[in-house]
Amino acid sequence: MLHLGLIAALLAAHFLLPAYHHGNLARVMVLASYALAYNLLFGYTGLLSLGHALFFAAGLYGMGMGVQHLGLGAGAGLMLGIASGAVVSALVAALALRTSGVAFMIVTLMFAQAGFLTILHFGEWTRGDEGFVLAQAGRVLWGMDLSAPGTRYLAALVLFSICLLLSLALVRAPFGRVLVAIRENEERVRMLGYDTQAHRFAAMVASGTMAAVAGAVYGMLFGYVGATFASVQYSILPLLWVLLGGAGTVLGPFIGTLFMFYLIDLSSGLTTAYMLIAGVALVGLTLFAPQGIMGEVRRRFWRGLP
Amino acid sequence: MTIKTDLTAISRRGALGTLAAGAAAASLPLWARYAHAQSAAPIRLGFQVHRTGIGAAYGRWYGRTVEAAVNLINEGGGINGRPVEIVAEDDGTDPKRGAEVVEKFANQHRVDVVFGPLFSHVVIGSAPRAGELKLPYFVVSEGHHVASGMLNRYTLQPGITDVKSQVISMAPFITETLGKKVTMIFPDYGFGYDHRDNLVPAIEANGGTVLEKIAIPPTETSFTKYFPRIPRDTEVLYHVMVGPAVLTFVKELGEFFGGQGPALFGFIDSLEAVAIDSPGLEFLEGSHFWEGMCRHAQPDQSEHEAFYRAAVGVNDRGASMADPRDVSTYGHMFGCWETLHVIKAGMEAAGYAGPQHRAALIEAVEAMEDMPEGLAHPQGAKRFNGRTHQVFGHQNISRVEGGRLIRVHRTSIEDTLYPDEVDYTQQPF
Repeated sequence: MLHLGLIAALLAAHFLLPAYHHGNLARVMVLASYALAYNLLFGYTGLLSLGHALFFAAGLYGMGMGVQHLGLGAGAGLMLGIASGAVVSALVAALALRTSGVAFMIVTLMFAQAGFLTILHFGEWTRGDEGFVLAQAGRVLWGMDLSAPGTRYLAALVLFSICLLLSLALVRAPFGRVLVAIRENEERVRMLGYDTQAHRFAAMVASGTMAAVAGAVYGMLFGYVGATFASVQYSILPLLWVLLGGAGTVLGPFIGTLFMFYLIDLSSGLTTAYMLIAGVALVGLTLFAPQGIMGEVRRRFWRGLP
Repeated sequence: MTIKTDLTAISRRGALGTLAAGAAAASLPLWARYAHAQSAAPIRLGFQVHRTGIGAAYGRWYGRTVEAAVNLINEGGGINGRPVEIVAEDDGTDPKRGAEVVEKFANQHRVDVVFGPLFSHVVIGSAPRAGELKLPYFVVSEGHHVASGMLNRYTLQPGITDVKSQVISMAPFITETLGKKVTMIFPDYGFGYDHRDNLVPAIEANGGTVLEKIAIPPTETSFTKYFPRIPRDTEVLYHVMVGPAVLTFVKELGEFFGGQGPALFGFIDSLEAVAIDSPGLEFLEGSHFWEGMCRHAQPDQSEHEAFYRAAVGVNDRGASMADPRDVSTYGHMFGCWETLHVIKAGMEAAGYAGPQHRAALIEAVEAMEDMPEGLAHPQGAKRFNGRTHQVFGHQNISRVEGGRLIRVHRTSIEDTLYPDEVDYTQQPF
């Protein structure tokens, strides 16, 4: 109910918000989908990945290269982006899940860094960190121009709704409950007869593919594909968004992304040291609300918050 | 258009009551001020500046140049009798933030035009949004991405020449004066490819050969391992690097050759914001550099350049007058000064009164051709190509002599021209 309410509120916002915040919210929704993907693995399965930018970039470049070099349409480009995200996350999962804890963090970080350098290495086609612009003609899906503000917002909303409802369905399904159990005590889950390795693999592929969807849609909506999106910064950001909003809550990633976006946007208007303000806010939140914003809501007001 | 604006205005009133009241209220005064903008209200120019990130050294000096240029324009009565106001936003030298900043300029700050970014990835990441928002976007980036046709009708580069024209005008000097066997070292991304793709044919057209092309990844911090790839019969080493590691690069180059190597020809990008007499750079004595504008005051410096130098607060060695250790990005930053003067000239030619005249402003700039040397163009005369949205100008080659950069050659504008690759005027607004 709460989640449908959020989607309805976002739909209402489409008609009500002034242009600037309307555009911001479209961006935040796509990034929040990325955060939702991250939350699946981190918040629910308890696996801290430092390499999700690789999956985001796999979607971004799968889509972008398809449209730019293979002459695909928007629909086929998006499918290619999603497929490359699924393949890359399956490969990384197969290797990285042999480790756990700190080693898992390091292995995912290394994979993401290797992916980033690969993009730079094939600069001939990827245009390296300079990136490339997607032509307007490649950004029309079923006759809708995704570069127009209205369609862009609604497309972002559709993506966000799908990711949100999918996350919700997933964590309520038996599969999701096993993931939470793995997070809490993997040994016990294994003793109960579940194949925890297969569950973790599925969670990572689902998370990576969802991140790739967000990446592909981001490139499609905003018309730019570049290697900075594969850099380590974009692996850290979803972690921050999820931590801020509340790991292991379905709404947390959206709240965290929104909060962080406006924190940077508003503080950069006050000072050039806006990252300092963001940092202090993060430290404050970690000290006084270690579960994140929605985690705190769950603790204080509503224990059943999914 | 006006009907649509009225509709959103009404629904915004609804928004105040219900959702996002705070956010909407915060933006309302700006909207209101904009709606009532009359002839006396300032012209608002959005300055997309690299205050943080790898472009920070350039951003700092671009900022100082912009401040000086705006002071001059305002002292002279502003634009169309209206004062100019700069609204600066940091893009963090990041393409994603760059695009967000463009949206902020268009929809929240309600600026008339945006100008100022240097780094190619920021320009390429932001330009699509500027085009979609129909916001004139004047870049000071040096990249070939404008004239290559990658961007759109709303993106122009009237204040600084592009890499392609710089490179092709350098090639004859290199082969005639320094040697015919060239090895090049360049950054392994777009900016470097502009050098590679244009230098090789230009050198060959002048009877030389490029022996080896050494691309260095932008994340590299140590360069010595690349130098053994330089062929022994190299006569000229052509180098161009950007970013925080440039000083390390140049020092390691010196340590590798120990003063015995081939002739060096570099782009001043390799040493922007770095003093040429820094310890460890002695080996650069006798080597040559391309300079967009000569950092060290030349004996024949024009009165306009002298004025410009004083206005931006730079001494005759190109360092801050307040702090001689603070070396400017002199070879590039004039682009901001000249861009602002082009915006002024364009707005006055178009009778610019508000955002409804943005297309007319673009057309007015597209119609520009020759820009004579003067206070508005202290680097020298320019020729603007309205079809490719790119300006062309004189290029300088300087030699390091006794710790000073002495100009030894200045190209003509004709030396820098090449056939059009795009005609933006065919694109609709």
